[in-house]
Amino acid sequence: MDLSVGLSTRDLNLWYGDFQALKNVNLNIRAGIITGLIGPSGCGKTTLLRCFNRINERYGNVTTTGEIKIFGKNIYDADVSLIELRKTVGMVFQRPNPLPISVYENIVFGLRIHSGKQNLQRSATDATVEEALTAVGLWKDLHNNLKAKATTLQLEQQQKLCIARLLPLKPRLILMDEPCSALDVEATRHIEELMLSLAGQYTILIVTHNMAQARRVSEECIFMLMGELIEHNSTVDMFISPQDRRTADYIEGRLG
Amino acid sequence: MKGRTRFESIKEWLIERIIWICGVSSILFVFAIFFFVFREGSAFLFRGFKPVEFFTSIEWYPTSQSHVRYGALALILGTFSVTTLAMLIAIPFGLGAAIYISEFCSARVRETVKIIIELLAAIPSVVWGFIGLTIMNSLIIRLFHAPIGLTMLNGGIILALMSVPIVVSIGEDALKAVPDSYREAAIAMGCTRWQLVYRVLLPAARNGLLAAVLLGIGRGIGETMAVLMATGHSIRIPTSLLDPVRTLTATIAAELGEAAVHSDHYQVLFIIGILLFMITFIINLTADLIVKGIRKQ
Ligand SMILES: Nc1ncnc2c1ncn2[C@@H]1O[C@H](COP(=O)(O)OP(=O)(O)OP(=O)(O)O)[C@@H](O)[C@H]1O
Ligand SMILES: [Mg+2]
Repeated sequence: MDLSVGLSTRDLNLWYGDFQALKNVNLNIRAGIITGLIGPSGCGKTTLLRCFNRINERYGNVTTTGEIKIFGKNIYDADVSLIELRKTVGMVFQRPNPLPISVYENIVFGLRIHSGKQNLQRSATDATVEEALTAVGLWKDLHNNLKAKATTLQLEQQQKLCIARLLPLKPRLILMDEPCSALDVEATRHIEELMLSLAGQYTILIVTHNMAQARRVSEECIFMLMGELIEHNSTVDMFISPQDRRTADYIEGRLG
Repeated sequence: MKGRTRFESIKEWLIERIIWICGVSSILFVFAIFFFVFREGSAFLFRGFKPVEFFTSIEWYPTSQSHVRYGALALILGTFSVTTLAMLIAIPFGLGAAIYISEFCSARVRETVKIIIELLAAIPSVVWGFIGLTIMNSLIIRLFHAPIGLTMLNGGIILALMSVPIVVSIGEDALKAVPDSYREAAIAMGCTRWQLVYRVLLPAARNGLLAAVLLGIGRGIGETMAVLMATGHSIRIPTSLLDPVRTLTATIAAELGEAAVHSDHYQVLFIIGILLFMITFIINLTADLIVKGIRKQ
């Protein structure tokens, strides 16, 4: 098996009730790089992303067929535990959504829910918090303020915290759904720098509406249209010489 | 054209006035009720009323020939014990049901359960009293071999059943008000459903759930008819679940008709009314402030 493939799908179809939102999606995403997912509004980017941690299944009317392999393991296999899957696959949402508890507790939340009955040592959680906050560049700003309620932070800090809280669980894949769409230019730049610093260590898949952002951060890019995967290429190639006319139309702003 | 505009604006003005009157009248009614209850009890309150006796003695002999005594301690404890028992039952059941409805069941089940709970809330309190008097009564006699089934236990269970709908519907509102983004955040990190409930939803909805509990308590304290019929109505400090008790509300309901208007007895009953009014007012106000606090967040 090819170790460099982090995530792959075979004939992935998804319906919301009667409406087919994903049509025969086949893709191979390389491990350890940032892959951008672009396409007009409503083309199914969020839907595709939410397949990879099976959080789509929260809605009762979703039917999925096909195969999704994450690091070689089919996530629809009967022996897959959703809890383990979601530990391996972290997700960052469009609007920062830290939990309404302290910064500290947000970071150790993952450890607490996955550690079962065993109690966590205070010294261990302290170290975890410092490490995670340092990784996202929040430690300097927040180390005196760890008890602050996370929902009172600035949006940029909230979004960084949402990334930081994934790290203690050592995910291998991080899904990001337009993580900067609620942020200003400056904050967006900081999150992008953060993503670049995390690449390599993690496989990152980021949905974005912002073409410039896709070019800045992603190594490869996927273009979707109306539930179908149209083109998957290295970002440089896709933006300079798109293979499909629809990709070109979209990139040049003639589509959605 | 012009006339019509004029007519429209008068109509507008009239409707606004009417709505204003409706709104203001509710405030007026509350004050009027408080005023009249207070007035009926006030003469005695400032003359012969002995607060120490009222709050510390269990000797309630309002119609004694030789020595009239108005010790309401047993009644206060009666209300307190029945309400506490009711809440011990209603809070876990009510909050459990609220959690089930808002987080665990399918939309179909949710609609059905909500309708049934609304039906439960619509049952008149006399009917509850009736259930207490007949079904619960004989059930308690049979199960516990008690001489009589009209007891604190009976009243507590009946009151619990009456309070559950309030706790459920307000509790469910509180849980529904928790942003879905919190649920998604927690689930995406691998929370089980239970962890989601006790680590995220309960803390996030804490205030609303507290308000649900308080309103349930307020309902319990204020309830009259059902407890009058189900508790056995004997004046004493209850020491077991199978003791009959008597509550403040039941005392008013049972005795007011027989007390001569403006007699001391009559006025003491109104003082009990003031006490109840203040307790429920404070509870509801607290619940309200808590709910307001949530909205502001
Ligand atoms: N829960 C749902 N139930 C029914 N239809 C849905 C649901 N979620 C999304 N859809 C539909 O599926 C299609 C794809 O939606 P999706 O949110 O994946 O698009 P998107 O590419 O993320 O769009 P955007 O760029 O606006 O975020 C849309 O037509 C949308 O209306
Ligand atoms: Mg989307």
